Amino acid sequence: MMIYLDNAATTKVCDEAKAAVMEGLEAFGNPSSLHHLGVVSEEILNNARKTLAGSLGVKDKEIFFTSCATESSNTVIFGAAKACGKRRKKIITTTIEHPSVAAPINELEEQGFEVVRVSPDENGRITPESIISLVDKNTLLVSVMYVNNETGYILPVKEIFKGVKRANPDTVCHCDCVQSFMKLPFKAKDIGADCISLSGHKLHAPKGVGALYVKSGVRILPLMLGGGQESGFRSGTENVALINSFAAAVKKLEPTVMQRYETVLSLKKRLIAALSGKEGIAVNSGDDCSPYVISVSVERIKSETMLHFLESRDIYVSSGSACSKGKKSSVLKELKIPEKYLDSTIRVSLCAENTEGDIDAFVSALLEGQASLAKIR
Amino acid sequence: MKEMILCKYGEIALKGLNRNTFEAVMQKNIKHRLKELGNIEYSRSQSTLYVEPDEDVDIDEVIDRLSKVYGIVKLCRAKKVEKSMEAVLSEETTDYLREALENAKTFKVNAKRSDKHFPLKSPEICREMGHVIGERFPHLTVDVHDPDVTVIVEIRETSAYVHAGAIDGAGGIPIGTSGKALLLLSGGIDSPVAGCMIAKRGATIQAVHFEAPPYTSERARQKVEKLAEKMSAYCGDIKFHCVPFTKIQEAIRDNCKEEYFTIIMRRLMMEIAVKIAHKEDCQCLVTGESLGQVASQTMYAMVCTDAVSTLPVFRPCIGMDKSEIVEISRRIDTFETSIEPYEDCCTVFTPKHPKTRPTLADVESEQNRFDFTEMVETAVNDTRSYYIKTY
Repeated sequence: MMIYLDNAATTKVCDEAKAAVMEGLEAFGNPSSLHHLGVVSEEILNNARKTLAGSLGVKDKEIFFTSCATESSNTVIFGAAKACGKRRKKIITTTIEHPSVAAPINELEEQGFEVVRVSPDENGRITPESIISLVDKNTLLVSVMYVNNETGYILPVKEIFKGVKRANPDTVCHCDCVQSFMKLPFKAKDIGADCISLSGHKLHAPKGVGALYVKSGVRILPLMLGGGQESGFRSGTENVALINSFAAAVKKLEPTVMQRYETVLSLKKRLIAALSGKEGIAVNSGDDCSPYVISVSVERIKSETMLHFLESRDIYVSSGSACSKGKKSSVLKELKIPEKYLDSTIRVSLCAENTEGDIDAFVSALLEGQASLAKIR
Repeated sequence: MKEMILCKYGEIALKGLNRNTFEAVMQKNIKHRLKELGNIEYSRSQSTLYVEPDEDVDIDEVIDRLSKVYGIVKLCRAKKVEKSMEAVLSEETTDYLREALENAKTFKVNAKRSDKHFPLKSPEICREMGHVIGERFPHLTVDVHDPDVTVIVEIRETSAYVHAGAIDGAGGIPIGTSGKALLLLSGGIDSPVAGCMIAKRGATIQAVHFEAPPYTSERARQKVEKLAEKMSAYCGDIKFHCVPFTKIQEAIRDNCKEEYFTIIMRRLMMEIAVKIAHKEDCQCLVTGESLGQVASQTMYAMVCTDAVSTLPVFRPCIGMDKSEIVEISRRIDTFETSIEPYEDCCTVFTPKHPKTRPTLADVESEQNRFDFTEMVETAVNDTRSYYIKTY
């Protein structure tokens, strides 16, 4: 039976989300239409928005639906630059962001913005002070992820954003919460970010839908112009079916955040216990990491070789992060994973549906692979 | 208006008694490449193949496909008109040339009269045609030495053809006229280029690929299949043989000295390829090797690998620099696929310091530490073969 341990890449669509897609497809009216069919579709959107807003503890009008978290983050970064980039030119971020945040910031740097990328300290940790101390009156944007997608490292975003706001209340605080939403218990005001990027397919909804929270009063200009949907913030006819599905998944997961956290944490502990003391194997995700993501290194075995070996046992993990299709991970290096492991690291990422049996099967396959596979010389 | 394409042969025209065979093979190749595009008429005369698609056929696609057919040196997209001066000089004809002429400053007219019964001689045709073009496009001036556009009027047996110049074809001779070749296709930049170069000289190409899961991924195989698909736009349909190679690589690792690893691996690949070539009735092997490019591509190494081949091993890239190979790979559109970053079977097993000057005796005695016969046999038997096509 298939054992899927790549939930940080994407997740299996849950039944509730599938049913919601169908419901959204049946209501085929354009939400902007004045007739009854339009009203029905709009009602679906309103309810979905309410669900998302409730889950973050924010107002409905502060939630905007997008096509994915990449779009959400691009919107914040370019939209903030468009709104206030003439006067304030400084952007602060970290060296361990997801490419959907790192790439648009690189682009702004080429356009003349001053970008400061904070690297983790020798323990692989970002301290709030290292970011806050850089904020000045010229700072436009601070973008910091909540949970790193390669090791699960939880960044001290609450302290960071609180300090940033104290130093310059005008600075836009953006948080990529793709790997934390519905996994760690938090509300928007807990982390104090002005903008939050979310993705549907990481929480058992389909690919193709994301959301963005923008606190009222924060000035972000839209990237997509057109028919004025999403209060003019994101034009384009709304994807009613997938938005409905996203909300259905959130509705299902919201009441069980803590319960699932405990389940997944016990699975992580089981995995770590099973691998502890094994020669040549290191678990890179410690106690300050989200239990959903576990980075494991097997000395001298190439990540991709191990990945395909596990695949032949019907166990699915990823090497580094799945978004980069085999490219070497600079993020692991930044997180101070020892040099010898950089080429030999796989990522196990869990969901609450994984079982102890899954973990045991993974561990025994990993050890089998370690014993039989050809090593890097 | 009837638009059509004149395909001019190069070398085939110089063939003697078997020229007809070459022409027939080329026409068959072309028909195969174009068949799904709709109804197209073909005829041949005077070293030219006439391709006349029906009006509803996408002629840009026809030209694109023809430009990749080996055996054609020049392609002219032409208007076919009645064989009379009136038709040649009509507004409709000059309108056909409008786009080319409006974007030019200077022009000249060339005429070719292969039908000597036509009342006007070539210089007279040029003069008259030049005159009407000058009248209808007053911004143009004549430049007989270096014109922006050369209008060509061809008076042939049954009709006249007018066009604004030829584009280059792929050259070479038609596929299927030189025998069958088995290409060792790795996924790198060089081997697709080598395959196309041999195909250009008329060979039908089959490809053999060695995969070593879990050291290589499904994506790596897909990448090689994509390369074969891109090659097939030039080489025609490619029979693809995928050989399971993991056990052999692991056996080499376990039994032979590290520094000989690559050379022994290549010898075993060659041995398997020869067996497949015999099964498929191929007359040669083709590799993308370039002299001295890497340790396994020294002359010493080639002596050792060729010792296991009973067939000639052709290496069309042997004297080329990487930059020259890259240039061709860009032209045949395989470059972007070749540089996709997937794990390649050799990297985990690559020795730190491979032998660059192995002797055959040393390699053989190193390889004899293990009897690979049965594994080679199994690999050949477990090879999966299927066709890869573009169209």
